[in-house]
Amino acid sequence: MTERQRNPHDPDERGHFGPYGGRFMPEALIGALDELAAEYDKAQRDPAFVEEFTRLLRDYANRPSLLTEAPRFAEHAGGARIFLKREDLNHTGSHKINNVLGQALLTKRMGKKRVIAETGAGQHGVATATACALMGLECTVYMGQVDTERQALNVARMNLLGAEVIPVKTGSRTLKDAINEALRDWVTNVDTTHYLLGTAAGAHPFPMMVRNFHTVIGEETRRQILEKAGRLPDAVAACVGGGSNAIGIFHGFIDDPDVRLVGFEPGGHGIASGEHGATLSEGTPGVLHGARSYLLQDDDGQTIEAYSISAGLDYPGVGPEHAWLKDTGRAEYRSVTDDEAMDAFQLLSRTEGIIPAIESAHALAGALVLGRELGQDGLIVVNLSGRGDKDMDTAAKHFGYVEDS
Amino acid sequence: MKTLDALFAQVRAEDRAALIGYLPAGYPTVAESKELLAAMLDGGCDLVEVGVPYSDPVMDGPTIQAAADTALRNGFRLRETFDVVQSVTDHGGHAVVMTYWNPVHHYGVDAFARDLIAAGGHGLITPDLIPDEAEEWLDVSEKHALDRIFLVAPSSSEERIARTVKASSGFVYATAVMGVTGARESVGAGAAELVRRTRAHTELPIGVGLGVRSGEQAAEVASFADAVIVGSAFVTAAKEGAGAVRALAEELAGGVRRKSGHATVAP
Ligand SMILES: Cc1ncc(COP(=O)(O)O)c(C=O)c1O
Repeated sequence: MTERQRNPHDPDERGHFGPYGGRFMPEALIGALDELAAEYDKAQRDPAFVEEFTRLLRDYANRPSLLTEAPRFAEHAGGARIFLKREDLNHTGSHKINNVLGQALLTKRMGKKRVIAETGAGQHGVATATACALMGLECTVYMGQVDTERQALNVARMNLLGAEVIPVKTGSRTLKDAINEALRDWVTNVDTTHYLLGTAAGAHPFPMMVRNFHTVIGEETRRQILEKAGRLPDAVAACVGGGSNAIGIFHGFIDDPDVRLVGFEPGGHGIASGEHGATLSEGTPGVLHGARSYLLQDDDGQTIEAYSISAGLDYPGVGPEHAWLKDTGRAEYRSVTDDEAMDAFQLLSRTEGIIPAIESAHALAGALVLGRELGQDGLIVVNLSGRGDKDMDTAAKHFGYVEDS
Repeated sequence: MKTLDALFAQVRAEDRAALIGYLPAGYPTVAESKELLAAMLDGGCDLVEVGVPYSDPVMDGPTIQAAADTALRNGFRLRETFDVVQSVTDHGGHAVVMTYWNPVHHYGVDAFARDLIAAGGHGLITPDLIPDEAEEWLDVSEKHALDRIFLVAPSSSEERIARTVKASSGFVYATAVMGVTGARESVGAGAAELVRRTRAHTELPIGVGLGVRSGEQAAEVASFADAVIVGSAFVTAAKEGAGAVRALAEELAGGVRRKSGHATVAP
């Protein structure tokens, strides 16, 4: 095969998913984006690259990840059957490793020696630091100062892995500002540096490329659910921050029109409170971080700071393909509050002995609602995008296991 | 002839480079920003860039970030951009607006253009909008006879430079160094090389920005560029008030008339 088969869900040549996506970026970075797009295009048609990526996923990241039924948890979901896609069992504890291994291999192909990344919860930062250690790349991670405090354990992990973590003190001091700072670094050091973006957002080719590195989640899930349940699920649930774990699992089922694709956004203190990160549910189209997509913005087009108890979801933007899936109706997006997510977090821990990431707990809370809607015969797959070890501090405070300091 | 064309023709006739100064609207307050811009004009700026404070200024270094932040915290509203542009026009000066794309996108490209024209503004500088994504702006600017100032960078390919200058009018903005805004010790030989490469594709005037802060540097840049663009240094001066802004503009205006850098910057 000389030409890669065109995926009908790919964006156009310039990265547009309908009216979304594209490249709203400084001219200084367009050369690097072109280089990346060309290298990625070559790589995905190069059997040696595909084989190396597959080998790393299998022998290093622990793929395929399990599909585990959660019957005791499902008792709280109106009797529907619920299966969990166990991305929490991947090396480094979340789905993030898939994309990171792919982009780290590309970095080496491009002859770049330095990698920068942004991180919210720290999962993407840890995964990036891990891949850089594995491949001998220099690594700098930008992390909002608020998040370095919420996710101190992951900061220590990144340090141990040899990465430099730079706390970002501008703006809301969370994920959005970490991305701003990483972009400033990239525009200054673009000759030597690859920006390893951690979600399916940003300028073309990132949304398409990051998605493609994560579609392994959906492909495995489709095979596994057919094996275990003998049919396709009624619904696939995933949490949506920037949208990478959701787009990865959605794509396994995107051509199965009877499978509902449902993304759960952080409802924070409740939509009415104004303190949330429900970009697709509550936002409007706009431009942020290089792409046109839905956005939380005020009357003047200034970005509104997102809020969530989960450091990996409080992002006021979202990947452009999700905007397109929302408008076309192929996917639905709903929100889950902090309290609902934390209840699901505790429920899964106590019914199944699995401690999920608070991000993933949003999808679990969503599945409880979907299950009640679907009733007895319902079949749901939840993308358990990560494990919750990193969240112990937040959980202990939320449930009052320790004194809130 | 559009106003910027006339302005640059006159500057050329005087055998010098133009001085373009940047300050954010609403910094530190709307009223004070009008005074600061007036001081810039009084000190000898040929054209001012009125910046739109934005929540996520990825092309800006700490100085301009902090100024935008101050303006927003002091309650700056987007529509006040036009009041500030009007004040420049009323002072007998010329203004273009420099803005990240989302505020314009959200305001409505046509509405923004109409209000800008009404205030006497001449066009937009768009640091995160490349011609590839500018379809609507190309149409609207054509309709309202506004100038479109796009950017070229040292990393731009010949092909991209050619496409960018073709879509531009008024002047072309050459970012002297790879990086964000901020005053620098040296502007770098890369700037002269970028101007040379850009010149091969266009007759439009070429302005060089990012890093200039002194009369000496202005003279150096004036030796190979048609306009010297100064931003962060003005923002820093603005902290000391209108007097300091005027003094800096005078120093820089002297610089663009000196062209003493001829020998020191090899193209
Ligand atoms: C475990 C986990 N799930 C989900 C997310 C959200 O990212 P995305 O929407 O790109 O999957 C994060 C981000 O940090 C995460 O750590």
